[in-house]
Amino acid sequence: MTAFPSRPLALALLLASPAMAQDLTDPHLQVIPRTEAETARVAEVTALPTDFSAAWPFETNSGGAATVRARLTPDAFSQPSDNMSFERELQFRVGNGLFRRLWVSAPASTIASDGLGPLYNARSCQRCHLKDGRGHPPEGPEDLATSMFLRISIPGSDTDLTHEIEGFLATLPDPNYGTQIQDFSLPGHAPEARMDITYEEVEVALSDGETASLRRPTYALTDLAYGPPHPDAMLSPRIAPQMIGLGLLEAIPAADILAHADPDDADNDGISGRPNIVWSVEYDLPMLGRFGLKAGAPTVREQSAAAFAGDIGISNPLFPGPWGECTEAQADCRAATHGADDEQGGFEIDAEALDLVTFYSQNLAVPARRGVDDPEVLRGREMFFATGCNGCHVPSFVTHRLEDRPEHSFQLIWPYTDLLLHDMGEGLADNRPEARATGTEWRTPPLWGIGMTETVSGHTQFLHDGRARSLLEAVLWHGGEAEAQRDAVIAMPSDDRAALIRFLESL
Amino acid sequence: MKRALLTTACLTCMASPALSQTAAEVLDGYADIAQAGYEDSLATARTLQTRIDALIAAPSPQALIAARSAWLSARVPYQQTEVFRFGNAIVDDWEGRVNAWPLDEGLIDYVDGSYGGPSDENEFAALNVVANPSFTLSGQAIDASAITPALLQDTLHEADGIEANVATGYHAIEFLLWGQDLNGHGPGAGDRPYTDYVQGADCTGGNCDRRAEYLQAATELLITDLEWIVDQWDADGAARATLMEDETAGLAAILTGMGSLSYGEQAGERMRLGLMLNDPEEEHDCFSDNTHNSHYYDGLGIQNVYLGEYLRVDGTLVSGPSISDLVAASDAGLDTDLRIALSDTMHALGRIKTAAEAGLAYDQMLERGNADGEALVMGGVEGLIAQTRHIERAVAVLGLDGVAIEGSDSLDNPTAVFQ
Repeated sequence: MTAFPSRPLALALLLASPAMAQDLTDPHLQVIPRTEAETARVAEVTALPTDFSAAWPFETNSGGAATVRARLTPDAFSQPSDNMSFERELQFRVGNGLFRRLWVSAPASTIASDGLGPLYNARSCQRCHLKDGRGHPPEGPEDLATSMFLRISIPGSDTDLTHEIEGFLATLPDPNYGTQIQDFSLPGHAPEARMDITYEEVEVALSDGETASLRRPTYALTDLAYGPPHPDAMLSPRIAPQMIGLGLLEAIPAADILAHADPDDADNDGISGRPNIVWSVEYDLPMLGRFGLKAGAPTVREQSAAAFAGDIGISNPLFPGPWGECTEAQADCRAATHGADDEQGGFEIDAEALDLVTFYSQNLAVPARRGVDDPEVLRGREMFFATGCNGCHVPSFVTHRLEDRPEHSFQLIWPYTDLLLHDMGEGLADNRPEARATGTEWRTPPLWGIGMTETVSGHTQFLHDGRARSLLEAVLWHGGEAEAQRDAVIAMPSDDRAALIRFLESL
Repeated sequence: MKRALLTTACLTCMASPALSQTAAEVLDGYADIAQAGYEDSLATARTLQTRIDALIAAPSPQALIAARSAWLSARVPYQQTEVFRFGNAIVDDWEGRVNAWPLDEGLIDYVDGSYGGPSDENEFAALNVVANPSFTLSGQAIDASAITPALLQDTLHEADGIEANVATGYHAIEFLLWGQDLNGHGPGAGDRPYTDYVQGADCTGGNCDRRAEYLQAATELLITDLEWIVDQWDADGAARATLMEDETAGLAAILTGMGSLSYGEQAGERMRLGLMLNDPEEEHDCFSDNTHNSHYYDGLGIQNVYLGEYLRVDGTLVSGPSISDLVAASDAGLDTDLRIALSDTMHALGRIKTAAEAGLAYDQMLERGNADGEALVMGGVEGLIAQTRHIERAVAVLGLDGVAIEGSDSLDNPTAVFQ
């Protein structure tokens, strides 16, 4: 693992007219422009609250009118947007069927679902996105790592860049392993490698005599089947994130997200906030990155298509290689029988089925909050804001008014994220850049639904690689721009700390 | 659409005391049908239990056929209750215990060699609890030396968060009575031999004692679960009380259940997906080849609720005031349209049933290139879609299409309603 050198500031100067953050638009949305009156209403309703003594209007409905009842069962994240019509629920249910669908090797009699691999991480979407919730690290040496994998890349140079995006950090796929490690394979092919994790416990002293213990992971590759990785290869462990509310995040106006950006920390609050900007395969232009742990994907559809190709080895209209992401060096994989059929438009999954999975993924609903009036929750919420957690975990937005997506149109939502990149310090760093995100930057993850993790997933493991075993541990891992907030949590009276966690659990 | 609340505009349409009383009666009639349907599900499950006990006590081809026949009968009332799932939170949270599908049957018992061993996909897909009295699950050693209802419900069901790890309910029992259907798109259902339950030297498939234990535990659990849901619908049951709490929400729940089951669940996930994928396993009752009946009685349940009628398994008819009466009072033409649409759907689902009972099983209809089979299934899909359009009209006519935001704030503070 090699750390990438710090941000190449000179890069922007080399390019003639690089894409700048302020130019970003929302080509994926059919927007009905806001009126001036609406803009004023939005500003009013998303203004930083000042009264912390009682629940705020609508904060129970984290996902606006799409919010669903908080079921106390593992199905809590698997419900369609509450404001969805019966007609569109058909698309949702068929999409669900495709999401849980097991892909099989080609050729098979079920031509609509063959084309698995040859190298893959999982045979279905659901296998990583367990119960539409978050994945977890292997639970022991015997456990498989299917809801987690390693991304891999090597540093590139400016000449490798094919797009003009200001501040884009050039990287290249590993020559032998591509951009992620597939740890499963069809018969006749070797899985690329196994991920090996070891943990070291680190004690943290807290106020009032309390302590916490963090587990610091180290990752390694074993059983490498396709030769050594490049000497400069950079690895990044990734847990499958929870699937709720994605269509709402996609519908936030890019301009409203960019309004929170402060790349040079002009307001001197210690928090920068930088947009990731990625080249959209679908729209062939630079777009705001919103999805993935480093905001490397601009839309739910592009993220889903990339996951089909990279995780399952299924070609699709956006990523047409039938071998998934096998490299040229993996000749047997490239030469294998693939599942592309004329009936699927020459792909292993066609545009129609990809759209159904996308629709499903956009409409997994956010559960309503629990206990918004509880005094401890209210106290915890006050601590959250007093500590400045909302500097990155921005509480609320209003989505665009949309022509074609009534579920997501003009909703007041409470995701507790700014969808921007922040330096989280060396402790959390993967040292692997992705688009404009540096090796220490991560996208602020949405906090809605995190209190339901145990109900849905039977565990409480958080952060990009599941290293935190509780919400408190997740807070204590914060460094970099959030170091001051972490230190404040360590120092605050234990009752307030407990209240803060209680607030997070109510989300 | 779901759990829609009354808007200010439609308060007027509920203002008449006479109509309000009718709404209460309609809700009561709906709850009575639910109660009768679950009571019948329980009674037929008890018959199934008796037959299963007899099969295990004295295995024979006749005893196995008798048990299978009891399972098929038990499905008739149960499928008619599926319409209560959507809109009734208590039912919705519960039903996964009794009717979850599809399932990785290798979790439960032996499977054909072509089924594949433990995979990345689901390392428990070939766990075969019947053959393994101890195993490791998510790093924990599990003692399965005694196969109990608690083991199935608390440990095995949805093991490791994988939905296909279905260890309980009708479909687990179905697999234990029929075995895998290895005929693909060809004719024939699962064909488990009765000797799988013979104790001693003539046991086939191995571990006949543990297989019998599993079957009895799953059946016992099914009965416990059905007893619980029957209680929820009796005079002071929680499901009935929740329904009656708010008349408008209650009426919305009735139509929501009809629409969601029709369109998304049945027409979409259970029917159209199978046609898209041409997969013989994409059918609801894949071991017994009873999918035509599952679809038929799901459809009948929707019609029951609208008309306020349910034919009990003993032949008596439960009937009472229905949502049809409410719709007719507001818009007689719509009531006629909706009745005709429901009837058309039953005709189309009846055709699937007719063809299946004459020998063209549902999984054969799904075969790629089988145009007649596709037309049969699509007939059902189109009927279900068409009736939902009228259900949506009924929602509007009864003034139930209000804002879907929960809580009263949205009405008190309209400036902050983002709609």
